[in-house]
Amino acid sequence: MIRTFGFPEILFVLEGAKWTILMSLAAFVVGGLLGLLVALARTSGIRPLRIFAAGYIQIFQGTPLLIQLFLVYFGLPLLGVKVELWLAVIAGLSLHASGFLGEIWRGSIQAVPDGQSEAGRALGLGYASRMRDIVLPQAFRISLPATVGFMVNLTKGTALAALLGLTELTRSGQLMSNITFEPLKVYATVGLVYFAICLPLTLCSAQLERRLNAQG
Amino acid sequence: MTTQNNTTIRMSAVNKWFGKMHVLRDIDLTVNKGEHLVLCGPSGSGKSTLIRCINALEEIQGGTIEVNGNQLGKKGANADHIRRDVGMVFQQFNLFPHLTVLQNCMLAPRRIHRISEAEARDKAMHFLEQVHIAEHGHKYPAQLSGGQQQRVAIARALCMGPQVMLFDEPTSALDPEMVKEVLDTMIGLADQGITMICVTHEMGFARAVAHRVIFMDRGEIIETAPPTEFFGTPRHDRTRAFLSQILNH
Amino acid sequence: MYDFDFAPVFQAWRLLAAGAWATVYISAISMALGLVFGIVLTAMRMAPVAALRSIAIGYIELIRNTPFLVQVFFIYFGMPELGLRLNAMEAAILTMTLNCSAYIAEIVRSGVESIRKGQIEAGRALGMSTPDVYRFIVFRPAIRAVYPSLCSQFILMMLNTSLVASISAQELTYAAQMIDNQTFRSFEVYFVLGAIYLILSQLFSLGLGLIGRTYFSYPTK
Repeated sequence: MIRTFGFPEILFVLEGAKWTILMSLAAFVVGGLLGLLVALARTSGIRPLRIFAAGYIQIFQGTPLLIQLFLVYFGLPLLGVKVELWLAVIAGLSLHASGFLGEIWRGSIQAVPDGQSEAGRALGLGYASRMRDIVLPQAFRISLPATVGFMVNLTKGTALAALLGLTELTRSGQLMSNITFEPLKVYATVGLVYFAICLPLTLCSAQLERRLNAQG
Repeated sequence: MTTQNNTTIRMSAVNKWFGKMHVLRDIDLTVNKGEHLVLCGPSGSGKSTLIRCINALEEIQGGTIEVNGNQLGKKGANADHIRRDVGMVFQQFNLFPHLTVLQNCMLAPRRIHRISEAEARDKAMHFLEQVHIAEHGHKYPAQLSGGQQQRVAIARALCMGPQVMLFDEPTSALDPEMVKEVLDTMIGLADQGITMICVTHEMGFARAVAHRVIFMDRGEIIETAPPTEFFGTPRHDRTRAFLSQILNH
Repeated sequence: MYDFDFAPVFQAWRLLAAGAWATVYISAISMALGLVFGIVLTAMRMAPVAALRSIAIGYIELIRNTPFLVQVFFIYFGMPELGLRLNAMEAAILTMTLNCSAYIAEIVRSGVESIRKGQIEAGRALGMSTPDVYRFIVFRPAIRAVYPSLCSQFILMMLNTSLVASISAQELTYAAQMIDNQTFRSFEVYFVLGAIYLILSQLFSLGLGLIGRTYFSYPTK
């Protein structure tokens, strides 16, 4: 029996969207924490740390997200870690996010004038305090538009989980397309749901950018 | 055409607003062939706006402007046609950074007059020699000093064979030691009898080449007089106040 | 302890090489087409006609706020319903071009906006038409201003080609999946695959940089 793409099917797709949002948030939080470490390493005074962080960023920016997810998915069991698919996907997305956020935040930290950190040094503040109290708050403000912009990319990136078989938004669409034979309607709907999630973030990022430029 | 043969520019009752700001008020101005005009006045008086209206870089809201007998239409209709007769030199030079000096001079003649590359090159070299910068023809603008760039800008405008040259504060962005080379170039042009309108505060230049000096304030033409009269016996209080400000420094 | 065995992967190097070539090929075509279409979009985006602007903005935001994978599925599986039947390769190139053009349009627009007004006025004052002013005066400095962003976008798009394996377009990732199916050496296959993409992205970066240095090399202060 062929089903039509009606209300229950749309609900099924929306159910998948829940996963999309959860994965995005989890990857953003975990990736953000890791990314901060990457950014600090990339801007630190210790050369090996800087080089390591540069290589780390290069690897995540120079390979496809899909391959990163595959490697984590197939690699974790080799390390003796047995995890569920969704955990592997979130781990992969988090690593991916840490590379990109690390690079965005490196740029923001370096955009804070040197004089700020020097002034802190002159006051006798240590590295931790200089970063926490002086540099990072300013860098945070500078990085906001790009950070929010990256959240859009991360949300779109969760779609790749479908290719590993996780039933998030895109995979729900694939399933519905297979049983209704109405791919046009299904994928248009799926696209619109992504659009509804991402557009507010995009607009927010643009607004933040304007505000930042206005402040000079 | 309605104009006499020796009239190059005729502005009548020209009015312009920037939003609510009335920046040009009932401007009447006739410029004859071969005439050299110097426009001066405090900043914000509308002098730059006035010459930018002549080649339709600014739109006017009232009155008419005629160049060489061609009337500038509403909303800048006819503008391209008129611009070909009007050369303009800007305060910031505005040379094209990605083109060499020679290419800067050849671009418009090639695109608009559709002349051959060889012909455009000959013409460009001719005017570059005239402004004494031909030896830098292969360089890019960023490799030249401000004075040199401005001279290239003058040559670039001349390559279109304009009937009139407009200068919008051509020396204001220059380091002091480069002002003279540009003014000398302009004096050379004046000696050739080219029609020119020049917005400048270089009063020495005005004395040397202007047939008439025009003083503007708050969008109006306050006073027009030959330089000896203008500097010797200014009639209007505002002119006197302005002159005392710029000449006493 | 797992024993790594890369030999079966390297034995299939012909497949990988052919896949890598296909990836370079579809990336290059999509980049070129995307650039052209992106410039058209930029022109629409900045046109004096409100309707054109709205269409361009709508298109750009729709593309930028939906996943590339969904776009691929929409074109490949959805379009036949509208009578447009494409093979996997055609669908891949079409989707990549459509996708890439929206990002390029945004980048090029910011390049055009970075050009000082005086440049345009100088062209106008010489009597040049608006199309000529943009073509001969604005274009090169505008692209130069955003060339690094443009290159990152191109590389991002090259990496995105890995997703068209999902509709069986035969590029690099597709080749790797075939090797995976034959050898069951998943980790080794995708490790090598990642390395190949990393090399490709460095090569693209080098190549695009070279193009940039020849076409956009004029001195600035």
